Amino acid sequence: MSDLTKKSNWQVLLNGIIKENPTLVLILGTCPTLAVTTMAVNGIGMGLAAMVVLIGSNVVISLLKNIIPDKVRIPCYIVVIAGFVTIVQFLVKAYAPALDKALGVYLPLIVVNCIILGRAEMFANKNTVLASACDGIGMGLGFTLALFCMGSIRELIGNGTWMGYTITANLWDPVIVFLLAPGGFMVFGALIALVNFLTKGKAIKKKEFGCAGCPSASVCSVAQKGGCN
Amino acid sequence: MKEFAIILVSAVLVNNYVLAKFLGICPFLGVSKKLDSAFGMSVAVTFVMALATAATWPIYTYVLVPRDLTYLQTIVFILIIAALVQFIELVLKRYIPALHRGLGIYLPLITTNCAVLGVTILNLDEGYNFAQSMVNSIGSGLGFLLAMVLFSGVRSRVDASATVPKSFQGIPITLIAASICSISFMGFSGIVDGLFK
Repeated sequence: MSDLTKKSNWQVLLNGIIKENPTLVLILGTCPTLAVTTMAVNGIGMGLAAMVVLIGSNVVISLLKNIIPDKVRIPCYIVVIAGFVTIVQFLVKAYAPALDKALGVYLPLIVVNCIILGRAEMFANKNTVLASACDGIGMGLGFTLALFCMGSIRELIGNGTWMGYTITANLWDPVIVFLLAPGGFMVFGALIALVNFLTKGKAIKKKEFGCAGCPSASVCSVAQKGGCN
Repeated sequence: MKEFAIILVSAVLVNNYVLAKFLGICPFLGVSKKLDSAFGMSVAVTFVMALATAATWPIYTYVLVPRDLTYLQTIVFILIIAALVQFIELVLKRYIPALHRGLGIYLPLITTNCAVLGVTILNLDEGYNFAQSMVNSIGSGLGFLLAMVLFSGVRSRVDASATVPKSFQGIPITLIAASICSISFMGFSGIVDGLFK
Protein backbone atom coordinates (compact mmCIF):
# COMPACT_ATOMS: atom_id res chain seq x y z
CA MET A 1 0.00 0.00 0.00
CA SER A 2 3.05 2.29 0.09
CA ASP A 3 2.40 3.56 -3.43
CA LEU A 4 -0.93 4.91 -2.23
CA THR A 5 0.78 7.57 -0.14
CA LYS A 6 2.08 9.26 -3.29
CA LYS A 7 -1.35 9.51 -4.88
CA SER A 8 -3.37 12.70 -4.79
CA ASN A 9 -6.43 12.78 -2.59
CA TRP A 10 -8.65 12.70 -5.66
CA GLN A 11 -6.97 9.48 -6.85
CA VAL A 12 -7.36 7.99 -3.37
CA LEU A 13 -11.06 8.77 -3.52
CA LEU A 14 -11.57 7.25 -6.98
CA ASN A 15 -9.42 4.26 -6.06
CA GLY A 16 -11.99 3.03 -3.55
CA ILE A 17 -14.94 3.33 -5.91
CA ILE A 18 -13.68 1.24 -8.82
CA LYS A 19 -10.10 -0.01 -8.78
CA GLU A 20 -10.16 -1.27 -5.21
CA ASN A 21 -13.90 -1.60 -4.71
CA PRO A 22 -14.10 -3.07 -1.20
CA THR A 23 -16.92 -5.49 -1.99
CA LEU A 24 -16.36 -6.63 -5.56
CA VAL A 25 -12.56 -6.41 -5.83
CA LEU A 26 -11.17 -6.70 -2.28
CA ILE A 27 -14.09 -9.00 -1.27
CA LEU A 28 -14.46 -7.59 2.25
CA GLY A 29 -17.60 -7.10 4.30
CA THR A 30 -19.44 -10.04 2.78
CA CYS A 31 -22.00 -10.46 5.59
CA PRO A 32 -23.90 -7.16 5.14
CA THR A 33 -23.46 -7.41 1.36
CA LEU A 34 -25.42 -10.65 1.34
CA ALA A 35 -27.85 -9.91 4.15
CA VAL A 36 -29.36 -6.48 3.51
CA THR A 37 -29.47 -6.38 -0.30
CA THR A 38 -33.01 -7.69 -0.74
CA MET A 39 -34.00 -4.18 -1.84
CA ALA A 40 -31.99 -1.52 -3.66
CA VAL A 41 -33.02 1.07 -1.05
CA ASN A 42 -31.72 -1.08 1.82
CA GLY A 43 -28.42 -1.46 -0.03
CA ILE A 44 -28.06 2.33 -0.29
CA GLY A 45 -29.03 2.77 3.39
CA MET A 46 -26.52 0.21 4.60
CA GLY A 47 -23.83 1.63 2.32
CA LEU A 48 -24.35 5.20 3.54
CA ALA A 49 -24.45 4.11 7.21
CA ALA A 50 -21.17 2.25 6.76
CA MET A 51 -19.72 5.25 4.88
CA VAL A 52 -20.44 7.63 7.75
CA VAL A 53 -18.76 5.25 10.19
CA LEU A 54 -15.85 4.73 7.80
CA ILE A 55 -15.18 8.46 7.29
CA GLY A 56 -15.47 9.15 11.02
CA SER A 57 -13.24 6.29 12.12
CA ASN A 58 -10.67 6.96 9.39
CA VAL A 59 -10.39 10.64 10.40
CA VAL A 60 -10.17 9.95 14.15
CA ILE A 61 -7.72 7.08 13.79
CA SER A 62 -5.48 9.05 11.49
CA LEU A 63 -5.54 11.93 14.02
CA LEU A 64 -4.60 9.53 16.81
CA LYS A 65 -2.09 7.48 14.87
CA ASN A 66 0.91 8.82 16.79
CA ILE A 67 -0.78 8.53 20.19
CA ILE A 68 -2.13 4.97 20.06
CA PRO A 69 0.55 2.46 21.16
CA ASP A 70 1.21 -0.10 18.48
CA LYS A 71 0.47 -3.13 20.67
CA VAL A 72 -3.09 -2.16 21.58
CA ARG A 73 -4.03 -0.51 18.30
CA ILE A 74 -6.68 -3.05 17.24
CA PRO A 75 -8.75 -2.70 20.47
CA CYS A 76 -8.41 1.09 20.18
CA TYR A 77 -9.66 1.03 16.59
CA ILE A 78 -12.60 -1.15 17.65
CA VAL A 79 -13.59 1.33 20.38
CA VAL A 80 -13.46 4.27 17.94
CA ILE A 81 -15.48 2.34 15.36
CA ALA A 82 -18.03 1.20 17.97
CA GLY A 83 -18.49 4.82 19.06
CA PHE A 84 -19.31 5.94 15.52
CA VAL A 85 -21.60 2.95 15.00
CA THR A 86 -23.57 3.96 18.10
CA ILE A 87 -23.94 7.51 16.74
CA VAL A 88 -25.15 6.18 13.38
CA GLN A 89 -27.59 3.82 15.15
CA PHE A 90 -29.12 6.82 16.92
CA LEU A 91 -29.35 8.88 13.72
CA VAL A 92 -30.95 6.06 11.74
CA LYS A 93 -33.40 5.28 14.54
CA ALA A 94 -34.43 8.93 14.76
CA TYR A 95 -34.62 9.95 11.12
CA ALA A 96 -35.16 6.68 9.18
CA PRO A 97 -37.06 4.24 11.39
CA ALA A 98 -38.10 2.13 8.39
CA LEU A 99 -34.46 1.62 7.45
CA ASP A 100 -33.66 0.77 11.07
CA LYS A 101 -36.25 -2.00 10.91
CA ALA A 102 -34.98 -3.29 7.55
CA LEU A 103 -31.33 -3.40 8.60
CA GLY A 104 -32.07 -4.86 12.05
CA VAL A 105 -29.10 -6.48 13.72
CA TYR A 106 -26.81 -5.67 10.77
CA LEU A 107 -26.72 -1.99 11.80
CA PRO A 108 -24.84 -2.60 15.09
CA LEU A 109 -22.83 -5.28 13.29
CA ILE A 110 -21.14 -2.55 11.19
CA VAL A 111 -18.72 -2.58 14.13
CA VAL A 112 -17.26 -5.91 13.00
CA ASN A 113 -17.38 -5.08 9.27
CA CYS A 114 -13.91 -5.96 7.95
CA ILE A 115 -13.91 -3.02 5.53
CA ILE A 116 -13.82 -0.48 8.36
CA LEU A 117 -11.20 -2.21 10.51
CA GLY A 118 -9.29 -3.02 7.32
CA ARG A 119 -9.10 0.61 6.18
CA ALA A 120 -8.06 1.70 9.69
CA GLU A 121 -5.24 -0.84 9.69
CA MET A 122 -4.16 -0.52 6.05
CA PHE A 123 -4.72 3.17 5.34
CA ALA A 124 -5.71 5.53 8.14
CA ASN A 125 -2.85 4.68 10.48
CA LYS A 126 -0.20 5.60 7.92
CA ASN A 127 -1.77 8.54 6.07
CA THR A 128 -2.77 12.16 6.64
CA VAL A 129 -6.20 13.15 7.92
CA LEU A 130 -7.34 14.54 4.59
CA ALA A 131 -6.19 11.48 2.62
CA SER A 132 -7.89 9.20 5.17
CA ALA A 133 -11.14 11.15 4.85
CA CYS A 134 -10.95 10.81 1.05
CA ASP A 135 -10.24 7.10 1.42
CA GLY A 136 -13.28 6.80 3.68
CA ILE A 137 -15.50 8.60 1.15
CA GLY A 138 -14.17 6.52 -1.76
CA MET A 139 -14.43 3.16 -0.01
CA GLY A 140 -17.85 4.10 1.36
CA LEU A 141 -19.13 5.06 -2.10
CA GLY A 142 -17.65 1.87 -3.57
CA PHE A 143 -19.40 -0.20 -0.90
CA THR A 144 -22.68 1.68 -1.48
CA LEU A 145 -22.41 1.21 -5.24
CA ALA A 146 -21.80 -2.53 -4.91
CA LEU A 147 -24.70 -2.95 -2.47
CA PHE A 148 -26.94 -0.89 -4.76
CA CYS A 149 -26.10 -3.16 -7.73
CA MET A 150 -26.72 -6.31 -5.66
CA GLY A 151 -29.96 -4.88 -4.27
CA SER A 152 -31.22 -3.77 -7.70
CA ILE A 153 -30.64 -7.21 -9.24
CA ARG A 154 -32.24 -9.07 -6.35
CA GLU A 155 -35.21 -6.72 -6.08
CA LEU A 156 -35.88 -6.79 -9.82
CA ILE A 157 -35.72 -10.58 -10.18
CA GLY A 158 -37.09 -11.49 -6.77
CA ASN A 159 -39.86 -8.92 -6.39
CA GLY A 160 -40.36 -7.44 -9.86
CA THR A 161 -39.75 -3.92 -8.53
CA TRP A 162 -36.88 -1.43 -8.45
CA MET A 163 -36.58 1.23 -5.73
CA GLY A 164 -40.18 0.37 -4.87
CA TYR A 165 -41.59 0.91 -8.39
CA THR A 166 -43.09 -2.03 -10.26
CA ILE A 167 -40.96 -2.67 -13.33
CA THR A 168 -41.95 -6.04 -14.73
CA ALA A 169 -45.66 -5.14 -15.10
CA ASN A 170 -46.62 -8.72 -14.22
CA LEU A 171 -45.01 -10.04 -17.42
CA TRP A 172 -43.44 -12.82 -15.39
CA ASP A 173 -43.77 -14.10 -11.86
CA PRO A 174 -41.10 -12.85 -9.46
CA VAL A 175 -38.52 -15.51 -8.56
CA ILE A 176 -38.82 -15.25 -4.78
CA VAL A 177 -35.73 -17.35 -4.07
CA PHE A 178 -33.62 -14.32 -5.09
CA LEU A 179 -34.93 -12.45 -2.05
CA LEU A 180 -33.97 -15.36 0.20
CA ALA A 181 -30.55 -16.48 1.36
CA PRO A 182 -29.63 -18.68 -1.66
CA GLY A 183 -30.25 -15.80 -4.07
CA GLY A 184 -27.85 -13.60 -2.11
CA PHE A 185 -24.99 -16.05 -2.50
CA MET A 186 -25.82 -16.66 -6.15
CA VAL A 187 -26.05 -12.99 -7.21
CA PHE A 188 -22.85 -12.13 -5.33
CA GLY A 189 -21.00 -15.05 -6.96
CA ALA A 190 -22.29 -14.06 -10.39
CA LEU A 191 -21.34 -10.38 -9.90
CA ILE A 192 -17.76 -11.28 -8.93
CA ALA A 193 -17.58 -13.62 -11.92
CA LEU A 194 -18.79 -10.71 -14.10
CA VAL A 195 -16.04 -8.42 -12.75
CA ASN A 196 -13.57 -11.26 -13.45
CA PHE A 197 -14.91 -11.62 -16.99
CA LEU A 198 -14.92 -7.89 -17.79
CA THR A 199 -11.37 -7.36 -16.55
CA LYS A 200 -10.15 -10.71 -17.91
CA GLY A 201 -9.27 -11.88 -14.40
CA LYS A 202 -6.91 -8.97 -13.72
CA ALA A 203 -8.96 -7.00 -11.20
CA ILE A 204 -9.47 -9.58 -8.51
CA LYS A 205 -6.04 -10.54 -7.30
CA LYS A 206 -7.50 -12.38 -4.38
CA LYS A 207 -8.27 -15.76 -5.90
CA GLU A 208 -9.18 -17.46 -2.65
CA PHE A 209 -10.54 -16.42 0.72
CA GLY A 210 -7.39 -16.44 2.79
CA CYS A 211 -5.51 -14.55 5.42
CA ALA A 212 -4.03 -12.02 2.97
CA GLY A 213 -7.28 -10.06 2.73
CA CYS A 214 -8.05 -10.17 6.44
CA PRO A 215 -7.49 -6.92 8.35
CA SER A 216 -6.49 -8.88 11.46
CA ALA A 217 -3.71 -10.68 9.57
CA SER A 218 -0.95 -8.55 11.09
CA VAL A 219 -1.93 -9.45 14.65
CA CYS A 220 -3.00 -13.03 13.99
CA SER A 221 -0.46 -15.70 14.85
CA VAL A 222 -2.02 -18.10 12.35
CA ALA A 223 -1.71 -15.75 9.39
CA GLN A 224 1.97 -15.21 10.13
CA LYS A 225 2.53 -18.96 9.96
CA GLY A 226 0.87 -19.12 6.57
CA GLY A 227 -2.82 -19.44 7.39
CA CYS A 228 -5.23 -22.12 8.51
CA ASN A 229 -5.46 -24.03 5.25
CA MET B 1 -38.44 -28.46 27.91
CA LYS B 2 -40.43 -28.08 24.71
CA GLU B 3 -39.55 -24.40 24.32
CA PHE B 4 -35.83 -25.20 24.63
CA ALA B 5 -36.18 -27.92 22.00
CA ILE B 6 -37.93 -25.46 19.66
CA ILE B 7 -35.20 -22.83 20.17
CA LEU B 8 -32.47 -25.42 19.64
CA VAL B 9 -33.91 -26.94 16.46
CA SER B 10 -34.70 -23.58 14.92
CA ALA B 11 -31.22 -22.24 15.75
CA VAL B 12 -29.43 -25.28 14.30
CA LEU B 13 -31.54 -25.99 11.22
CA VAL B 14 -34.17 -23.39 10.35
CA ASN B 15 -32.46 -20.10 11.14
CA ASN B 16 -28.97 -21.40 10.48
CA TYR B 17 -26.57 -18.54 11.21
CA VAL B 18 -24.50 -18.93 8.09
CA LEU B 19 -26.91 -20.19 5.46
CA ALA B 20 -30.06 -18.30 6.46
CA LYS B 21 -28.93 -15.25 8.46
CA PHE B 22 -25.61 -14.45 6.73
CA LEU B 23 -23.60 -14.12 9.93
CA GLY B 24 -20.03 -15.41 10.07
CA ILE B 25 -19.60 -15.56 6.30
CA CYS B 26 -15.86 -14.76 6.41
CA PRO B 27 -14.85 -17.90 8.38
CA PHE B 28 -17.48 -19.92 6.51
CA LEU B 29 -15.80 -19.16 3.19
CA GLY B 30 -12.25 -18.74 4.47
CA VAL B 31 -11.68 -21.69 6.78
CA SER B 32 -13.89 -24.30 5.12
CA LYS B 33 -11.26 -25.72 2.78
CA LYS B 34 -10.21 -28.54 5.05
CA LEU B 35 -12.45 -30.59 7.30
CA ASP B 36 -10.23 -30.46 10.39
CA SER B 37 -9.76 -26.68 10.33
CA ALA B 38 -13.48 -26.19 9.63
CA PHE B 39 -14.28 -28.37 12.64
CA GLY B 40 -11.74 -26.65 14.93
CA MET B 41 -12.94 -23.18 13.96
CA SER B 42 -16.61 -24.06 14.54
CA VAL B 43 -15.95 -25.63 17.95
CA ALA B 44 -14.04 -22.49 18.94
CA VAL B 45 -16.92 -20.29 17.69
CA THR B 46 -19.51 -22.35 19.61
CA PHE B 47 -17.38 -22.13 22.76
CA VAL B 48 -16.94 -18.34 22.48
CA MET B 49 -20.63 -17.81 21.60
CA ALA B 50 -21.72 -19.64 24.77
CA LEU B 51 -19.24 -17.79 26.99
CA ALA B 52 -19.98 -14.42 25.37
CA THR B 53 -23.70 -14.88 26.02
CA ALA B 54 -23.00 -15.97 29.59
CA ALA B 55 -21.07 -12.71 30.06
CA THR B 56 -23.14 -10.21 28.06
CA TRP B 57 -26.67 -11.24 29.11
CA PRO B 58 -26.18 -10.58 32.87
CA ILE B 59 -24.20 -7.38 32.20
CA TYR B 60 -26.93 -6.04 29.90
CA THR B 61 -29.79 -7.03 32.23
CA TYR B 62 -28.28 -6.16 35.60
CA VAL B 63 -25.84 -3.33 34.77
CA LEU B 64 -26.98 -1.51 31.63
CA VAL B 65 -30.78 -1.72 31.93
CA PRO B 66 -31.15 -0.45 35.56
CA ARG B 67 -28.84 2.50 34.82
CA ASP B 68 -30.58 3.33 31.53
CA LEU B 69 -27.37 2.79 29.57
CA THR B 70 -28.71 0.38 26.95
CA TYR B 71 -27.46 2.66 24.18
CA LEU B 72 -23.93 1.57 25.11
CA GLN B 73 -24.80 -2.00 24.09
CA THR B 74 -22.66 -2.13 20.95
CA ILE B 75 -19.50 -0.70 22.55
CA VAL B 76 -19.83 -2.73 25.74
CA PHE B 77 -20.53 -6.01 23.95
CA ILE B 78 -17.63 -5.76 21.50
CA LEU B 79 -15.24 -4.89 24.34
CA ILE B 80 -16.51 -7.79 26.46
CA ILE B 81 -16.08 -10.19 23.55
CA ALA B 82 -12.58 -8.92 22.72
CA ALA B 83 -11.48 -9.16 26.35
CA LEU B 84 -13.12 -12.55 26.77
CA VAL B 85 -11.36 -14.01 23.74
CA GLN B 86 -7.98 -12.77 24.99
CA PHE B 87 -8.72 -14.15 28.44
CA ILE B 88 -9.80 -17.57 27.12
CA GLU B 89 -6.63 -17.78 25.06
CA LEU B 90 -4.44 -17.03 28.10
CA VAL B 91 -6.29 -19.51 30.32
CA LEU B 92 -6.18 -22.29 27.75
CA LYS B 93 -2.49 -21.69 27.09
CA ARG B 94 -1.64 -21.84 30.78
CA TYR B 95 -3.91 -24.61 32.07
CA ILE B 96 -5.15 -26.74 29.16
CA PRO B 97 -2.34 -26.68 26.56
CA ALA B 98 -3.80 -29.64 24.65
CA LEU B 99 -7.04 -27.73 24.01
CA HIS B 100 -5.07 -24.59 23.19
CA ARG B 101 -3.22 -26.42 20.42
CA GLY B 102 -6.56 -27.48 18.96
CA LEU B 103 -8.63 -24.31 19.38
CA GLY B 104 -6.15 -21.58 20.28
CA ILE B 105 -5.11 -20.72 16.76
CA TYR B 106 -8.68 -19.85 15.81
CA LEU B 107 -9.36 -17.61 18.80
CA PRO B 108 -7.77 -14.36 17.51
CA LEU B 109 -9.95 -14.61 14.41
CA ILE B 110 -13.14 -14.76 16.45
CA THR B 111 -13.02 -11.28 18.01
CA THR B 112 -14.19 -9.69 14.78
CA ASN B 113 -16.55 -12.51 13.87
CA CYS B 114 -20.00 -11.05 13.38
CA ALA B 115 -21.72 -14.32 14.37
CA VAL B 116 -20.52 -13.93 17.98
CA LEU B 117 -21.57 -10.27 18.36
CA GLY B 118 -24.72 -11.09 16.38
CA VAL B 119 -25.86 -13.88 18.69
CA THR B 120 -25.43 -11.74 21.83
CA ILE B 121 -27.49 -8.90 20.32
CA LEU B 122 -30.16 -11.17 18.81
CA ASN B 123 -30.69 -12.97 22.15
CA LEU B 124 -31.73 -9.64 23.66
CA ASP B 125 -33.75 -8.55 20.60
CA GLU B 126 -35.73 -11.81 20.86
CA GLY B 127 -36.36 -11.17 24.55
CA TYR B 128 -34.92 -14.52 25.65
CA ASN B 129 -34.24 -15.14 29.35
CA PHE B 130 -30.81 -16.37 30.44
CA ALA B 131 -31.48 -20.12 29.95
CA GLN B 132 -33.13 -19.54 26.57
CA SER B 133 -30.22 -17.32 25.50
CA MET B 134 -27.70 -20.00 26.40
CA VAL B 135 -29.67 -22.65 24.46
CA ASN B 136 -29.95 -20.31 21.49
CA SER B 137 -26.20 -19.53 21.56
CA ILE B 138 -25.15 -23.16 21.74
CA GLY B 139 -27.69 -24.07 19.06
CA SER B 140 -26.41 -21.29 16.80
CA GLY B 141 -22.86 -22.55 17.33
CA LEU B 142 -23.90 -26.09 16.48
CA GLY B 143 -25.69 -24.80 13.37
CA PHE B 144 -22.48 -23.01 12.39
CA LEU B 145 -20.56 -26.27 12.93
CA LEU B 146 -23.03 -28.25 10.82
CA ALA B 147 -22.85 -25.74 7.96
CA MET B 148 -19.03 -25.55 8.09
CA VAL B 149 -18.54 -29.33 8.12
CA LEU B 150 -21.07 -29.96 5.33
CA PHE B 151 -19.67 -27.12 3.23
CA SER B 152 -16.05 -28.29 3.60
CA GLY B 153 -17.18 -31.58 2.06
CA VAL B 154 -18.89 -29.76 -0.79
CA ARG B 155 -15.84 -27.56 -1.39
CA SER B 156 -13.39 -30.44 -1.61
CA ARG B 157 -15.50 -31.71 -4.56
CA VAL B 158 -15.92 -28.27 -6.15
CA ASP B 159 -12.23 -27.40 -5.89
CA ALA B 160 -11.28 -30.75 -7.42
CA SER B 161 -13.49 -30.37 -10.47
CA ALA B 162 -11.78 -28.96 -13.56
CA THR B 163 -14.88 -28.00 -15.50
CA VAL B 164 -15.50 -24.62 -13.81
CA PRO B 165 -15.58 -21.73 -16.36
CA LYS B 166 -12.58 -19.44 -16.05
CA SER B 167 -14.47 -16.39 -14.75
CA PHE B 168 -16.14 -18.49 -12.07
CA GLN B 169 -12.98 -20.11 -10.71
CA GLY B 170 -12.10 -19.43 -7.08
CA ILE B 171 -14.44 -17.21 -5.11
CA PRO B 172 -17.49 -17.08 -7.46
CA ILE B 173 -17.95 -20.85 -7.67
CA THR B 174 -17.55 -21.12 -3.89
CA LEU B 175 -20.43 -18.65 -3.49
CA ILE B 176 -22.59 -20.55 -6.00
CA ALA B 177 -21.90 -23.77 -4.06
CA ALA B 178 -22.89 -21.97 -0.84
CA SER B 179 -26.09 -20.88 -2.56
CA ILE B 180 -27.01 -24.48 -3.36
CA CYS B 181 -26.20 -25.56 0.24
CA SER B 182 -28.44 -22.75 1.41
CA ILE B 183 -31.30 -23.98 -0.82
CA SER B 184 -31.02 -27.41 0.81
CA PHE B 185 -31.32 -25.81 4.26
CA MET B 186 -34.53 -24.08 3.17
CA GLY B 187 -36.08 -27.53 3.24
CA PHE B 188 -35.99 -27.38 7.04
CA SER B 189 -38.25 -24.32 7.20
CA GLY B 190 -41.40 -26.15 8.33
CA ILE B 191 -39.68 -28.59 10.65
CA VAL B 192 -40.43 -26.80 13.93
CA ASP B 193 -44.18 -26.77 13.29
CA GLY B 194 -44.10 -30.38 12.16
CA LEU B 195 -42.14 -31.66 15.16
CA PHE B 196 -43.53 -29.71 18.08
CA LYS B 197 -47.04 -28.48 17.32
